[in-house]
Amino acid sequence: MSIDSAGYGSFIIILIMALVTLVTRLGGVFVMSFVPINYRVQQFISAMSGSVLVALLAPLALNGDNGARLALLTTAVVMLLLKKPLPAIAAGVVMAAVFRHL
Amino acid sequence: MLSSSDKSVAELNWAEVGDGFKQLLPISMFVVVFGVAFGLAAAQTGLDNSASLLMSALVFAGASQFGALDLWGAQVPVVPLIVTVFAINARHLLMGATLYPWLRELPAAKRYGVMMVISDANWAMSMQAFNSGKSGIGLILGGGLALWAAWVLGSWLGVYFGSEIQDPVSLGLDMVMGCFLLAMVIGGQKNLRMLVIWGVAAVSSLLAHRYLPENSHVVVGALAGGVLGAVWMEKKK
Repeated sequence: MSIDSAGYGSFIIILIMALVTLVTRLGGVFVMSFVPINYRVQQFISAMSGSVLVALLAPLALNGDNGARLALLTTAVVMLLLKKPLPAIAAGVVMAAVFRHL
Repeated sequence: MLSSSDKSVAELNWAEVGDGFKQLLPISMFVVVFGVAFGLAAAQTGLDNSASLLMSALVFAGASQFGALDLWGAQVPVVPLIVTVFAINARHLLMGATLYPWLRELPAAKRYGVMMVISDANWAMSMQAFNSGKSGIGLILGGGLALWAAWVLGSWLGVYFGSEIQDPVSLGLDMVMGCFLLAMVIGGQKNLRMLVIWGVAAVSSLLAHRYLPENSHVVVGALAGGVLGAVWMEKKK
């Protein structure tokens, strides 16, 4: 099944996208409201919350260009040293820009 | 009025929402740039200006919007569209699940209301706040509104003026969100157990990225890390 993207069609396509995205935004909370929160579930959740980010970043670090890798490395080092996110992010981005202009 | 001693960490008040808005403003500046990139790409794909803006306003999930542009043509296939958007946005499900222990203290309308604007940056900041015993609800809602406004503004700029902007990749701007999320990881709890869990998450994500369907890696890596955390539990304090 396909939708014609001319005229009102694009509006319907966008509504479908919005609906699917809304399901993902609300679904996690909805499902968890049926799960009893015991200590094991808490441990699962807290381990998962860091893992989401790591899982998002790992392919970026492995498959990115050297500018991307250098940016992530710089952010990691600055964050460990200063413990402040904004300087760490700024340093990473600047490093990627500088490296890509070399 | 609640006294300060029984004040819950999951309260929703407007001062906190305003505070959350301000705290997410710096990162929102970068989101404007992503929005410009999207507006420009959408215009080049052939979307009407109004359709591009409507998509940013209603969908508010950048990666999936770029994914939809890949499928866009005179005819747009519905099932691949739904699968693509769902897969790219499936991490929202995990965000909701991780926030649930705090959100359950809110009435249902507010609980689901604040989740309507959940996104990577405000989720990461609010998790950090909750984990250190502070309230993160204002960060979710206020921060989400800041990110949403920035995304729509950026899309608008991209649709109308995008062609004037130079290559964002050469300026390193594609790395903003990655560096932000990494800073959040490193700012979190660090001990041997967590490092092992992150290692398992990273390896699972990379394997899924290589061998499983596109966009499954985030969910696979996160679940692998979560399951290990549930099996290898911290000693209760």
